[in-house]
Amino acid sequence: MRSPGQLKSSSSELDLDGPNIEDYLPSGSSIQEPLGKLRLRDLLDISPTLTEAAGAIVDDSFTRCFKSNQPEPWNWNIYLFPLWCFGVVFRYFILFPLRVIVLTIGWIIFLSSFIPVHSLLKGHDKLRKKLEVFVANHTSMIDFIILEQMTAFAVIMQKHPGWVGLLQSTILESVGCIWFNRSEAKDREIVARKLRDHVQGTDNNPLLIFPEGTCVNNHYTVMFKKGAFELGCTVCPVAIKYNKIFVDAFWNSRKQSFTMHLLQLMTSWAVVCDVWYLEPQTLRPGETAIEFAERVRDIISVRAGLKKVPWDGYLKYSRPSPKHRERKQQSFAESVLRRLDEK
Amino acid sequence: MLTQYDIEEVQQHCNHAFSQQEIVSLYERFCQLDRNNGGFISAEEFLSVPEFAVNPLSQRLLRMVDGLNFKEFVAFLSAFSPHATLHQKIEFIFKVYDSDGNGKVTFTDMLDVLRDLTGTFISEKQREQVLTDVLDEAGYTKDSLMILSDFVKILGNSGLKIEVEVPVD
Repeated sequence: MRSPGQLKSSSSELDLDGPNIEDYLPSGSSIQEPLGKLRLRDLLDISPTLTEAAGAIVDDSFTRCFKSNQPEPWNWNIYLFPLWCFGVVFRYFILFPLRVIVLTIGWIIFLSSFIPVHSLLKGHDKLRKKLEVFVANHTSMIDFIILEQMTAFAVIMQKHPGWVGLLQSTILESVGCIWFNRSEAKDREIVARKLRDHVQGTDNNPLLIFPEGTCVNNHYTVMFKKGAFELGCTVCPVAIKYNKIFVDAFWNSRKQSFTMHLLQLMTSWAVVCDVWYLEPQTLRPGETAIEFAERVRDIISVRAGLKKVPWDGYLKYSRPSPKHRERKQQSFAESVLRRLDEK
Repeated sequence: MLTQYDIEEVQQHCNHAFSQQEIVSLYERFCQLDRNNGGFISAEEFLSVPEFAVNPLSQRLLRMVDGLNFKEFVAFLSAFSPHATLHQKIEFIFKVYDSDGNGKVTFTDMLDVLRDLTGTFISEKQREQVLTDVLDEAGYTKDSLMILSDFVKILGNSGLKIEVEVPVD
């Protein structure tokens, strides 16, 4: 794997996580290098850079990952519309209350046994092998609920505000969940240490990690963070693909809160998804953690039919590092200097 | 929402640089980028596209495109349409250089763009030297004020290619 050794090391931590974007992006680096003496028109002709910029304005692979695609309206004629209305009534006034009642009863039963027994609860050891983590692609917070059906996982997630945060600090903590905070700079090392401690610990539930670090719209995968892949244990990939037939399970955190998203899910007919538990992978000799992460991402993407995109999911919350722009500047500068010497 | 009348008006404004489907696509894109529904895309919203943010000319382009409404946005992009003439494309490049909009491009303007493109990988002195040398060779001096026709002369038969494809579903 080519590493940007010659460039000044950038202070942003985002860059340490993934392979070079330039290895993936088609534009820019493939400009033909015209030979011959440098002329005025070569300096004035900024068309390649402009084309790249305009291309990014018109369509870019990063924003595409977070686009929720509206379903085609199908209730547009006189026969289908009343049917749809009936469906709405059924979903909102029968299914939804039923689900809320089941949820409430479930909570009552759970809380009444959880609170007194809390101190005696320990993780079940039936399925668990040591030194194993599970990684999966991430579409919504309900991914966790779906995978919980297999075994009690300890998941690592962003600390949220509101009622979700309350849930996290009380109940989820007892299952061994770990928090992180994207906005805190030093957070990475703390989290890496917590992950390592959890995996080494004997009584802990198997760890579930979503290496994308953010919810993606289930048509693409963004780059995997290498944290899960340098713990020195086997990685079990899990691929999740939702069927949008009744509802789009992608939680577009830019557009709606989790509460609204949950309401949308609970008033739909059903959430349909496919889950594949794939062959466990280990670090190959000579492979770096980043290469390992990319290999597992490839496995998951192929299985779930997702397209790979060379961007870091955290770019949703912050700017790309200046390193990428510097690379472009360096390549242009070098070509100018080279052509100065041409006769 | 975009009515048929709106589409035709926008098409008129950009001199038919884009087809009607392309304008509808561009509108979807505009709404996608304009997250707070202000009717224009702010600089912040443009910079949230990583591919744009890493472009060396992003700040210059932001000055031209910040705060445009949809009609002006399409007009801005019209230079990138395959139907745009070479003259329109050269005019666009001229406008990128001419940051104060007075119709004249100075040595400083050209130096600024060169600095954006090369960053810290060429020293300032070397940059000035290179620019002076190529200007000299083309028959201009450091104090020359270039106008649009100069650019047309220089870039005219160079096979300039500025084109983007608007994805149409």
